[in-house]
Amino acid sequence: MSDLRELYQQVILDHNKSPRNYGKIENPDGFAHGNNPLCGDSIDIYLKINDSIITDVKFEGAGCAICTSSASMMTEALIGKSKKDAESLFDLFHKVLTEDEITELSKLGKLAVLTGVKDYPVRVKCATLAWHTFHAALKRNNKEVTTE
Amino acid sequence: MNVKNNLDIEEIRNNFPIFKRKVNNKSLCYLDSGASSQQPNCVIDAVCNLHKNQYSNIHRGVHVLSMESTNLYESAREKVKNFINASSLKEIIFTRGATESINLVAQSQVREMLKEGDEVLISHMEHHSNIVPWQIVCDQTKAKLKVIPINDNGELEFEQFNSLINEKTKMVAITHISNALGTINPIKKIIEAAHNNGSLVLIDGAQGAPHSIVDVKELNVDFYVFSGHKLYGPTGIGVLFGKKYLLEKMSPYQGGGDMILSVRFEGTEYNDLPYKFEAGTPNISGAVGLGKAIDFINEIGLAKIIEHEDNLLEYSIQELEKIDEVKIIGNAHKKAALVSFIIDGIHPHDIGQFFDQDGIAIRAGHHCAQPVMERYGIPATARASFGMYNKFSDVDRLINSIKNVIRIFK
Repeated sequence: MSDLRELYQQVILDHNKSPRNYGKIENPDGFAHGNNPLCGDSIDIYLKINDSIITDVKFEGAGCAICTSSASMMTEALIGKSKKDAESLFDLFHKVLTEDEITELSKLGKLAVLTGVKDYPVRVKCATLAWHTFHAALKRNNKEVTTE
Repeated sequence: MNVKNNLDIEEIRNNFPIFKRKVNNKSLCYLDSGASSQQPNCVIDAVCNLHKNQYSNIHRGVHVLSMESTNLYESAREKVKNFINASSLKEIIFTRGATESINLVAQSQVREMLKEGDEVLISHMEHHSNIVPWQIVCDQTKAKLKVIPINDNGELEFEQFNSLINEKTKMVAITHISNALGTINPIKKIIEAAHNNGSLVLIDGAQGAPHSIVDVKELNVDFYVFSGHKLYGPTGIGVLFGKKYLLEKMSPYQGGGDMILSVRFEGTEYNDLPYKFEAGTPNISGAVGLGKAIDFINEIGLAKIIEHEDNLLEYSIQELEKIDEVKIIGNAHKKAALVSFIIDGIHPHDIGQFFDQDGIAIRAGHHCAQPVMERYGIPATARASFGMYNKFSDVDRLINSIKNVIRIFK
């Protein structure tokens, strides 16, 4: 097992301490609430979409550093992307975190720091919660998603 | 820190093989006995020995193995009876754990008592296992679930209790010791007040049985439940104590073998207590292991164990209070065996993950007590809980790791 500090790198600690795009969007074009019943992580994702382009993403909620930093980094990665590209990124992120073989890591950009979570299987859900919730918001599926 | 007590903790630890292993290359610092306690060699050996030398089904065979297994199983019941000072073996029902014991009482006793508009009274500090079974039975009967609030220190608001209890209150179900806050509830006072009101009382002793001396006769409690795996015994075995006159009138919880005297398609005659509530082949090895765990506790002396745990608790609170970023959740005047805390700006799961790196096992989360978390407006806490085998240096390691995690997250 790697040293835990390799997972909790400065970039993760920084996003945890000062989450980007934290807050609500009034009249969002997409919204979903996600929770991880096992650990109580809870997150709301708000989307603004214009002409198939994601123009704004905000999140609110309470979670661990992995959950919060993943959500924060996700919002930065998504703003400006087309819905199609955002979905591909969701698929890629999910694949990299849940499958043994790590491929296309470079395409993840900054998000690659979160792949360290694979050494701690119970924490993978913390990293993917925001993405699942975003995915539900994108589908305008206003249902609650859970990681279970 | 040196605190005088009569226990030789190193000697006690030698009985627990788990402490020989390393976790993340560190010696194990186990502060999660509130979730499940470790098992001593004598318990592991008793279970193993049963399977190697004596195992058979019980209560039916005419052969030697069956008789020996039956004797072991029934002598475990005797040990449980003496441990909590019950009047009769008929009052000791083996279950899968405290959870099943509560469900049994809810369905077999309370469901038949409740009419629409009746009430069941619980407290805000209950474990989910002492909430959900009552919600289910209230749904089934259109009765109401009422909740006694707790104050900021995590103590029951006793005046509220007095105003909530009324002629409609058929059942009062309260935890002896809160698993999330460590609060020791004044159960004797509660039982007395409930009885004066004509209500039955169930005490959830999952944390109570390992960390306090329980005398069901002196308490005059109607039902007291606990689990083996928090009492240095195996998982999958637990106890329901019930007053004989109540158990006798109650309907069976499950039907099956062993709980009958005769079965005919026209009708079945149920077995006597305690077998009426032990349908099917029970957890024989679990009961034997629990009996051995009780022997082990008795050899050391529960009073001494409690004193040692109190010292550990006092020391940990004293050291935690020195760290500005730490806030203890639950400051009841009377507390036992565990301390819940949060650290400013650091989620309990991150705390738990860093502790794990240091070989320290704690529980991080809502402790199956989400209403408690809601009461304090927090998603989760970190909880260090103690057992007979914990050392003062375990507390020192906890404190060092807290300081370390605070440094990292700064």
